[in-house]
Amino acid sequence: MDTLIAILIGTLFAAGIFCILRRSIMKLVVGIMLLSQAANLLVFAAGGLTLNTPAFVLGDSQLPPEGYADPLPQALVLTAIVIGFGLVVFSISLLLRAYIAVGSDDIDAFNQTDQIS
Amino acid sequence: MIWLLSIIFIPAIFAIACLGTSRHHRLNRNLAIAGGVTLLICSIGLFTQVWHHDYIVFQVGTWPAPIGISLVVDKLSAAMVLITGIIALAVVVYSIGDIDEYLQRKHFYALVFLLLMGVNGAFVTGDLFNLYVWFEVMLLASFVLITIGGKRDQLEGGVKYLVINLVSSILFLSGVGLIYGKLGTLNMADIAVKVAQTSDAVLINSSAMLLLVAFGIKAAMFPFFFWLPASYHTPRLVISALFAGLLTKVGVYALIRSYTLLFHSQFEIVQGILVFLAGATMVTGVLGAAAQYEIRKILSFHIVSQIGYMVMGLAIGSALALAGAIFYTLHHIIVKTNLFLLAGVIKNHCGSTDLKKIGGLYRWAPGIALVFFIPAFSLGGIPPLSGFWAKFSVIKAGLDEQHYLLVTVALIVGVLTLFSMTKIWAEAFWKASPDEQADAPPKQKAIVWPLLAPCIALTTMTLVIGLWSDPLFALAEASSAQLLDPSGYIESVLGPTEKVGLVANHE
Repeated sequence: MDTLIAILIGTLFAAGIFCILRRSIMKLVVGIMLLSQAANLLVFAAGGLTLNTPAFVLGDSQLPPEGYADPLPQALVLTAIVIGFGLVVFSISLLLRAYIAVGSDDIDAFNQTDQIS
Repeated sequence: MIWLLSIIFIPAIFAIACLGTSRHHRLNRNLAIAGGVTLLICSIGLFTQVWHHDYIVFQVGTWPAPIGISLVVDKLSAAMVLITGIIALAVVVYSIGDIDEYLQRKHFYALVFLLLMGVNGAFVTGDLFNLYVWFEVMLLASFVLITIGGKRDQLEGGVKYLVINLVSSILFLSGVGLIYGKLGTLNMADIAVKVAQTSDAVLINSSAMLLLVAFGIKAAMFPFFFWLPASYHTPRLVISALFAGLLTKVGVYALIRSYTLLFHSQFEIVQGILVFLAGATMVTGVLGAAAQYEIRKILSFHIVSQIGYMVMGLAIGSALALAGAIFYTLHHIIVKTNLFLLAGVIKNHCGSTDLKKIGGLYRWAPGIALVFFIPAFSLGGIPPLSGFWAKFSVIKAGLDEQHYLLVTVALIVGVLTLFSMTKIWAEAFWKASPDEQADAPPKQKAIVWPLLAPCIALTTMTLVIGLWSDPLFALAEASSAQLLDPSGYIESVLGPTEKVGLVANHE
C-alpha cells in the first residue's frame, strides 16, 4: 500500500508539473489542482499509513492504543485542503478575468508585463 | 505577552473593521490610520519587551511546547515586526493621497491589514506548519491586492505572481510533510534538536532543499525571481511599495530562520549552494535593471539584486555576516518602500514613470529631489548613508571568511547599482522635461502632502541610520549572536530540560 501511494503521489506531481508547463491556461488550473492534491497526499502519507486503528483514546485509558493512526497529519491535511480550495477558486476567477482581458488562452500571449519599455 | 498577541490581533480587528466600513470613505480611512498607529505602538511595545528579555514565548492554548503551536519572538523577529509597523503606518498615510473611493470600496484597507497580519504572524511563529498558514494568509491578501483594479497588465502580472507562488507553497507544504514524516514534530526548536541528532541526512536534506526552493521563490532569489519584475510594477504604487518592502523580506527571514535554526547542524551542506545563489542573484538583478527605462521596473529588478546581498550575509554565516544581512534587510525595507512611494509622487506629478517621458523634476521641486537623492544613493551604497554600512559589513565579513570571488561580485554589483540610481536621477530630475523641449508650458501641480509626508519621514530615518548607525548595528549584532547560538531559542521554547516526550508514535 505504501508503495502504491508513493507511486500515486509521484504520478500526481509529474502530471501537475506537465500541465503547468503547457501553454493553455485551462491546463494551468488543472496542473495547480493536481499539484496541491499531490502535496496533500504526501503530507497525509508522511504520517504513516495504518489500517483499522483509530486515531483517538479508547475508554478510560490515558494513552491511545498501540499502533494508533497519527491524527496530526490528518488535521494538517484538512487545513491544507481548505487553503487549497480557496487558492484554486481564486486562481480560476483570476485566470477567467485575465483570459477576458488578454483575449487569448495561450500563456505566450501574456507577455505585456515582461517587455522592456 | 499582550504585545505579542496584539501584533497579530490588532491587524485582524482593523481588517474586520475596515471590511465593514468600506462604503464610508472618511470613517474607513480614519480607521485605517488608527490601525496603523496602534500597530506601530504595539510593535514598539513588543520590541522593547524583547530587548529586555531576549526571548518571548507564548504557547497557544497552553499546550506544552512540541505538541501545541508556539509563538516565539527573538530579537530578529522583534526587529522585523517593528519595521513592519513603521512601513504599515507609512503606507496607510500615503494611501490617503493615492487610494480613491473606488479602491476603498474594493476593500483596499482590509486587505492591507490582512496582509500585515500574515507578515507579522510569519515573523513570530515558532511552528513550521503555522508558518505555512501565515504565508497563505499573506499570499491570499497579496493576490487580491496585486490584481485590485483589474487592468490588463495587473491581471497578467497577477497570473504570473499567483502561479509561481502557488508552486512555492506546494513545495513548502511537501517539505513540511517530509520533515514531519521523518522527525514527528513541527515545532522549529524541536526540529532543530532532532535534526542535530539524526544520522540519516538524506531525507532531512531533501526537506532542506524543498524549503530552500520554496523560500527562494518567495524571496525572489536566482533562478526563481522572474515573477517579481513581471508583476511588481503593475499595481498601484502604494501596493508595490508595501510588497517591495515586506513580502520578499519574509522569504529572506524564513531562509535565515531555516538555516540558522532548523538546519543549523547541517549548514555546511547548503552553504556552497547559498554562496552561488547569492552571487547569481546579485548579478542577474542588477543587469536586468540596467536594461530598463521604467522607474518601477528598475526598482523591481533592484529588489532582486539586493536580496542577493542579504543571502550573501546568510551564506557566509559568520557573526559579522549575519549582522550585516540583518542590517541590510532592515535598511533595505525602509529604502525600497520609500523609493517606490517616491516613484508614486513622480507619477502623480508627471503622469508616468517612464524615464523617457519625464524630466525636469529638479526644477519643479528641489526638495523632492533631495528626498529622492538620499534613499537612491543609500541603495547604491554611498557613504555615509545607511546602504554603505550595510554593504560594508557584508563585504568585510566576506573578506574575513575569504570568499573573494563573492566579494568581487558584490563590489561590481554595487557600482552597477549606482549606475541605475544615477540613471533615474539624471533622467527624471536633471534632464529637461520633454514637454518643455516642445515649448509646452511646464506643468505646475500642487504638492500632495499625504504622499510626501511618509517619504520625508522614511528619508529622515535613512539619514539617521546612516549618520548614527551604532544603535541599529548593535541590534543587528545582538540578533546575529542569538541566531548563531540556537540553544537559547531552543531552551526558551522547549524548557531547560530539552527532553520533552513526543506524543506522535511513529512506525
